[in-house]
Amino acid sequence: MASQSTNRINRRLGDLRAQGRKALITYIVCGDPDLDATIPAMHALVRQGADIIELGVAFSDPMAEGPVIQRGHERALAKGASLRRTLELVNTFRKTDSDTPLVLMGYANPIERMGYGEFARAAAEAGVDGLLTVDLPPEEAAALNRELQAAAIENIFLLAPTTSRERAEQIASLAGGFLYYVSLKGVTGAGHLDVDDVRHKVDALRELTELPICVGFGIKDAASAKAIAASADGAVVGSVLVDYMGSRAGADAAAVAEGLAQLVAPIRAGLDEL
Amino acid sequence: MQTIDYRSVPDARGHFGPYGGKFVSETLMPALQELEEIYQRLKNDSTFLAEFDRDMAHYVGRPSPLYLAERWSREVGGAQIYLKREDLNHTGAHKVNNTIGQALLAKHTGKRRVIAETGAGQHGVASATVAARLGLECQVFMGAEDVKRQALNVYRMKLLGAEVVPVTSGSRTLKDAMNEAMRDWVTNVDDTFYIIGTVAGPHPYPQLVRDFQSIIGREARQQCLQQSGRLPDALVACVGGGSNAIGLFHPFLQDAGVAMYGVEAGGLGLHSGKHAAPLSDGVPGVLHGNRTYLMEDEDGQIIETHSVSAGLDYPGVGPEHAWLKDMKRVEYVAVNDDEALAAFRKLTRVEGIMPALESSHALAYAEKLARQMPADKTIVVNLSGRGDKDILTVADIDGIEV
Repeated sequence: MASQSTNRINRRLGDLRAQGRKALITYIVCGDPDLDATIPAMHALVRQGADIIELGVAFSDPMAEGPVIQRGHERALAKGASLRRTLELVNTFRKTDSDTPLVLMGYANPIERMGYGEFARAAAEAGVDGLLTVDLPPEEAAALNRELQAAAIENIFLLAPTTSRERAEQIASLAGGFLYYVSLKGVTGAGHLDVDDVRHKVDALRELTELPICVGFGIKDAASAKAIAASADGAVVGSVLVDYMGSRAGADAAAVAEGLAQLVAPIRAGLDEL
Repeated sequence: MQTIDYRSVPDARGHFGPYGGKFVSETLMPALQELEEIYQRLKNDSTFLAEFDRDMAHYVGRPSPLYLAERWSREVGGAQIYLKREDLNHTGAHKVNNTIGQALLAKHTGKRRVIAETGAGQHGVASATVAARLGLECQVFMGAEDVKRQALNVYRMKLLGAEVVPVTSGSRTLKDAMNEAMRDWVTNVDDTFYIIGTVAGPHPYPQLVRDFQSIIGREARQQCLQQSGRLPDALVACVGGGSNAIGLFHPFLQDAGVAMYGVEAGGLGLHSGKHAAPLSDGVPGVLHGNRTYLMEDEDGQIIETHSVSAGLDYPGVGPEHAWLKDMKRVEYVAVNDDEALAAFRKLTRVEGIMPALESSHALAYAEKLARQMPADKTIVVNLSGRGDKDILTVADIDGIEV
């Protein structure tokens, strides 16, 4: 069963399902607004009830991101963020938190540059549990999949409103951890979330897979998180957190982390009302 | 020894050896699949091809001439240099061959809105042109830096009824315009057709853009045989994304005696790091939907490029070029800004033809090549666009206010 899995994502989502609770997945860009801010922010998110932390790996050309997260990538790069630095920070985080599942979310090129095998080994050693590569659809993912499997890292795939049933079946058969359903046609942080549409799509996906289904893009607050998680297993919150981190550039890391926690608290509470 | 069939790529999954493919987010995968199905159906459809040929003849003005630049060849002193006059096409560059083709595809999808990215503005103008003709809504994404550099083309697009969207993210040039076009496409995928301007991007774009542009090489091959009674000894074309080069090269790839040179933008010199020459000085990676040679740092971040010509100022290159480089069928070289500018001035003065700064890179290399060849050899250079759009850039370099 999921709960016995050695991978933290499967263990956590299995436990939540058994408790009838919803997963809160929080996204920040590693190194945004500077490298010192990230670890205190991660701990604050955990304290406030984040179940999974998604760490954005800064990339020069983040094609799937809206303006808010684009700026987060730009800030992080300006402070020296990279895939290797991200793995170093994960390694440090793991010294004081061996429990919280961590997913890296980013783009293919930094991983290509490091090499699939070296990346998978280094990520596993650092304590990464899952990887979501936005521009690596299943058609191009076979070689990376082999390395991730060998390293016991789950490869998390996106499903979109445009994905056909046949494709969804194929993707579900390859995916691990959870299915990440993109709530809308658009970039991260877009403003046209249609809750009813998401519910229909999530219900349809349930027929294809046992994997937990988490939903992201366009979830901004407790109300939208709660509405989405009524049908899904979890909600991913990103742009609103990245926007906050950007607004606190130069501030004391502990104070920034505290502010982030206050932003997440009502969303956690909203999910727990379900 | 077995002969390689260079026309066998891409494979069914859009791969040119290890290059190409479909590296996009899931939302776009169905749109690419739809485009692939439509293109596979239409590419051998006689009605579709007749429509394309008719537009090429009567709207674009094809075939474009193959012109023996006698005076220039004599001054260079060596091989005879022919110019394939894509600068004489409607809208002034080879770009229109592709936008006409893609607009016909758009018509078959029933989508009423087209978007495009542009660097120098030539592809934007060509897209705005076909959109005006078909009554389609058109938005063109252009790096804010390029909007400044290419004010004339920006206004041309506006006159044609297109909206030009300046892109202020990243390095504010062509690569960022392409990011923004992808973001728009993912948002409006139901009613929008993305007209990619070069042989890059996710499959099937590199294939279909190549096929539309191959009219250049098909004509040139026939014109060479008619005018000189034999095939040329060498082909030279500039390579940014690489659409004019692949268009010229592709119909000659099986002709073993024809040498081919793709000329990248050497900027301030390959050793300066300030250039746009991924095939000469880059590594394979993934950007904008395909795997190809890229300009990147050791962390896999795409680095800013430099070229005097906005149309070559791009950190990637079409995946078929990456493959042809590895196969050693085409030799890729680089020409610096100042060499390109000298060729721009030279051709203008000795032939009365003002080339685009992009094409001037090919001209500069052709001069070097011609000097090493005897007078009975021939070179075909793709004169991919006219230089009117670059007059302000050149005046600026000369310190003259126009």
